[in-house]
Amino acid sequence: MNYPCKIKTINLNLFYGEFQALKNINIKIPPKNITAIIGPSGCGKSTLLRCFNRMNDLIESVRTEGKVIIDNQNINLPETDLISLRRKVGMVFQRPNVFDLSVYENLAFGVKIHRLYRSKTKILEEIEHALESVGLWKELKDKLKKNAKNLTLDQQQRLCIARVIILKPEIILLDEPCSSLDPIATLKIEELLFQLKEKYTIVIVTHNMQQAARISQFCGFMLLGELVEFDTTEKIFTYPSDTRTENYITGKFG
Amino acid sequence: MKFDAKTREKLAFFILGMIALIIILPIIGVIAYIIKNGAPGLSWEFLTQPPRNGMKEGGIFPAILGTIYLILGTMVFSLPLGILAAIYLVEYARENWLTRTIKLAIINLSGVPSIVYGLFGFAMFVIFLKFGTSILAGSLTLAIMSLPVIITATKEALEAVPKSFREISLSLGATKWQTIRYCVLPYSLPGILTGTVLALSRAAGETAPILFTVAAFYLPRLPRSMFDQVMALPYHLYVISTQIPNMPLSLSFATALVLIVLVFLMNLVSIILRAYFRKKKLW
Repeated sequence: MNYPCKIKTINLNLFYGEFQALKNINIKIPPKNITAIIGPSGCGKSTLLRCFNRMNDLIESVRTEGKVIIDNQNINLPETDLISLRRKVGMVFQRPNVFDLSVYENLAFGVKIHRLYRSKTKILEEIEHALESVGLWKELKDKLKKNAKNLTLDQQQRLCIARVIILKPEIILLDEPCSSLDPIATLKIEELLFQLKEKYTIVIVTHNMQQAARISQFCGFMLLGELVEFDTTEKIFTYPSDTRTENYITGKFG
Repeated sequence: MKFDAKTREKLAFFILGMIALIIILPIIGVIAYIIKNGAPGLSWEFLTQPPRNGMKEGGIFPAILGTIYLILGTMVFSLPLGILAAIYLVEYARENWLTRTIKLAIINLSGVPSIVYGLFGFAMFVIFLKFGTSILAGSLTLAIMSLPVIITATKEALEAVPKSFREISLSLGATKWQTIRYCVLPYSLPGILTGTVLALSRAAGETAPILFTVAAFYLPRLPRSMFDQVMALPYHLYVISTQIPNMPLSLSFATALVLIVLVFLMNLVSIILRAYFRKKKLW
């Protein structure tokens, strides 16, 4: 399969101490699409996602081998500038983890640490823009001073996405972003992701196969640290070429 | 005897409540006793005048001032050192033999008797570094004594901040220091304050560490620099309770009362600061 790619890994191996969590991963993720990574829990899908913004560095016992190439640059090198990498590759976590601060401060945090804009009006403008792109501006424009913890879970998760978007990233990584949301909130987030893929490369880890089928254009299936199959979502869910993938999506295990 | 679950629940509630009460009672008793016996000795003169007539009359102003100086001095040396050391240990240090040794040393140091700190301070600051018996030497000795407690309390407060807080901040491209400054410290500050004020309160009431390093038996004038000796409340209390014959008891109790009020005021300030920081999150 030939297509342009935004993120590419070459022979990526990852170890937690002695345990090998990722085995020789070679994946090519296309730009401005939603790519889903599915698989049973513990298969390494979150670990793989966290290789794309080097969040695995936080765990002392982790060791990686191989290349992670984003825009023709291997980021899996010690000299990589993690600050600009993480600005370019944003991440949204499983739990809507807003800071226990106002909506305004949640969004201004990234602006502040990267010293993006100085003037108050410019910051407000960017906040409006970020909230607009996650569909929260109308609901929150009069509540910017309100504590973000008091929002509904679905609003909080949107705010987390806005917090990433305000930094103008190119890639957004989502680690099971809907697992703590109810079905209606999940649907809203999925609609949002669908809009966002026009501008950003989105990689989403999910254990919900229906979700992957609904929103993604490309899909990878992982099992026991291996990337078993990677293809268009349509192909994975209709004619998977590996029996293990077929067993998983037809519900024989997992 | 057999009780059903409900009776047992009531019994457990009653016993636990009684135990809590037993713990508070002595504290209330001590404070009430000191107030009852000390209050008559208190007066404006007592708080603002130096002692007179072999300390049997007059006030304790030099001792109050001395203790305040010592608390401030201790704070200046121990707070930055203790808090920064704890930040290093929790956030930066990798788990190796050096880190383990440091942690072990801190735990052991908090168990060392205060008189040992006093002797160390005397040998180190008074004699070796030639500070003489002075506010500087006393503050440094008290600071070293408070360090293990401050470090341990700060460490615990920092470790109590959920890992996910650090994760979000780092994932947004913050540096480690920015993460500590904006995400970790604001949330751990209340805990740090509680621990440090506890350590400083203890330092304020200690006699042994200041015995050879700063405390003066009687000093007619107030200190002019940090190389001067001072009187201090705990030592003054010890002196008037044991060394002066026919000392009016009300003055001893009044001195104790002043010391308790001073410590209480310090705690009050920390409670107010804590409430303020909780609301403001230090942005």
